[in-house]
Amino acid sequence: MSAESRAIDCDVHPTVPNVKALLPYLDDYWRDTVQERGIDSLETVTYPPNAPLTSRPEWRGKNGRAATEVAQLAGQVCDSWQASIAICNCLYGVGLLFAEDMANAFARAVNDWVAREWLDRDPRLRASIVIPTQNTEYAVDEIERCAKDKRFVQILVLAMQEVPLGRRQFWPIYAAAERHSLPLGIHAGSTYRHSITSLGWPSYFIEDYAAHTQAFQSQVASLVCEGVFAKYPGLKVVLLESGVTWLPGFLWRFAKFWRGVRAEVPWVDRSPADIVRDHFRLTIQPFDAPADPNQVERAIDHLRSDGILLYASDFPHWQFDGDETMPAGIPQALRHKIMVENPLATYARLAF
Amino acid sequence: MNMEVRQPERSAKARVGIVDCDIHPKNSLDDLRPYLSNRAWATLQTYGQRQRHGYVKGYPYPKSQPLACRRDAWPPGGGLPASDLDFMREQLLDLYGIEYGVMNPLSPSGQGNQNDELSAAMAFATNEYQLENWNRREPRLKASVVVPYEDAEASVKEIRRRAGDRRFAHVLFLSRTSELLGKKRYWPIFEAAVESGRPVGVHVFGSSGRPMSNTGWPSFYLEEITEHSASLAASVTSLIIEGVFERWPELKIVLIEAGFGWMPSLGWRLDQNWKRMKDEVPHLRRAPSEYLREHFWVSTQPMEEAETPEHLIEIMDWVGWDKIMFASDYPHWDFDDPFTALPPSLSEERRNQIYSGNAKAIYRFD
Repeated sequence: MSAESRAIDCDVHPTVPNVKALLPYLDDYWRDTVQERGIDSLETVTYPPNAPLTSRPEWRGKNGRAATEVAQLAGQVCDSWQASIAICNCLYGVGLLFAEDMANAFARAVNDWVAREWLDRDPRLRASIVIPTQNTEYAVDEIERCAKDKRFVQILVLAMQEVPLGRRQFWPIYAAAERHSLPLGIHAGSTYRHSITSLGWPSYFIEDYAAHTQAFQSQVASLVCEGVFAKYPGLKVVLLESGVTWLPGFLWRFAKFWRGVRAEVPWVDRSPADIVRDHFRLTIQPFDAPADPNQVERAIDHLRSDGILLYASDFPHWQFDGDETMPAGIPQALRHKIMVENPLATYARLAF
Repeated sequence: MNMEVRQPERSAKARVGIVDCDIHPKNSLDDLRPYLSNRAWATLQTYGQRQRHGYVKGYPYPKSQPLACRRDAWPPGGGLPASDLDFMREQLLDLYGIEYGVMNPLSPSGQGNQNDELSAAMAFATNEYQLENWNRREPRLKASVVVPYEDAEASVKEIRRRAGDRRFAHVLFLSRTSELLGKKRYWPIFEAAVESGRPVGVHVFGSSGRPMSNTGWPSFYLEEITEHSASLAASVTSLIIEGVFERWPELKIVLIEAGFGWMPSLGWRLDQNWKRMKDEVPHLRRAPSEYLREHFWVSTQPMEEAETPEHLIEIMDWVGWDKIMFASDYPHWDFDDPFTALPPSLSEERRNQIYSGNAKAIYRFD
């Protein structure tokens, strides 16, 4: 079998068509709440519904949305692009809510909706557990509840949170992650607790999307600096839709400063660059390099790791044209690792 | 860093005149007193400096050592590091053969003060102080036009006040502004900078009042200093995407102490998204990375240290050999030694560009 035919697509996005779709998965109180209070939609401006990034035009259905049905998603990523497995990361805006109980109810509903309407309908699909980061106890309960279903292979949180993810208040989540062999997946997106850049609200959507780079860098720095990996050596973190080429330059700066001021974080007892290569993985769409294959090859070389990249199409987001799901210039020997071996080494639950 | 100084050896190696693009003269509030009105002084005495963070004195992220300074930079005769010209000559200017140095005063300078009027008064005083205490006695040291950037009108006034005065090298911002730099509220400052023929320098640090990261406040000084480049990248993006360089094609921006390892990736990411979403920014006539390559200069310190040295050379190649300028960051702890900062494999021509040629060209020294 070719690498392509066993590829594991680590980032695809089922779209919740509207709140009504979740009603069967809410209890009476929350169903009434949705209706009485007129909660129509939890779609987020991270992906404005009509923006080019949100979906390639030809994938949009009658309602303008893409990936609202299993057949379309699996047909594209598993049939056309030959992935043997695809991991569904549902980005419905649960993480943005302020009320903890409501966030908890919607997180449960999304996970049950994914299990019933997606995982049950195509055996090639897996999913991430959406957790309410608003409340750590609720988040851990939801992990425990969903972890019984081995088709859930990861925990999913958004890149921009109220406080950085390394902070100790989140550690019970990482204990649960380690316990159940679930990587922590950090996906592009914001809970909108702060302006989308650390210097305020930009005028244009292009800037919003570019600003994710800082959020991912901050989460890497926070998880390392707070000592998460000293406490949970088995924890793996996957940066989803993070872009890739920012990582080396960031690590050069981070590691240099760590050498200078490491007395502040005595539990970080080796270079952050080494810790990151051991514990972090990044999906390859978007890659953020020029179309020139030589440049891509150089960028790959700068990563100094053949285990750090994971194959992902980011369907239905418009990151590339045609069927070239991998950036041109990735060395042949690495393609197999990225498509098959690295995902299998990252997601222990895929072995079940 | 806190290194042993081998003076005789270094003096012998000091052959090429170096331009140091980031020196921090340290003033006290008392040093500004002669140039402040009685009212501004009284406000400072009674209410202190309110800098968009909570402490009367010191920092919410305590530095790794007092004032973030090299431990050997405290003058033997007393006073703060980089407050004594003779000791600065001994430890930096003469030791390394510095031909020109650009002074970037950091604090107290009034930048980011919540009170716009006080901010303007302190910026004026800081500029007078640079001339009187430093440049007058040591003309190798060029001043910054410190501007109260949250008040564009007052900033323009300060830039115009210094029109034609070649003792000033550039207009200085700190990176942690209250809003993104490309926003229209700052445009009059860019216009005045272009009119005065000076670049705009943006030095990392300051207090925005916003969290250091778009995912909230980090815990550690290590995170704060690491994240300055990503924070500044948002303002670089803003300057490009808002069309500031279409409006002022002669505007030059010098990024100080932000590193540059992040620049190629930012350019690629912006280009990729611009290709699909040009319709959102019809005022841009070129790919974002072209503005990045053309309008931004960078200072070296803290030089990124790649695990594989050639990787850094490849990044420098992308940034542009005509855009990289040496900086020591004296007297701070992460000082880069002029004799060892650059990768040894660089050709003589490139070393000369970085050590002096590029800075002399943009600042019109000589």
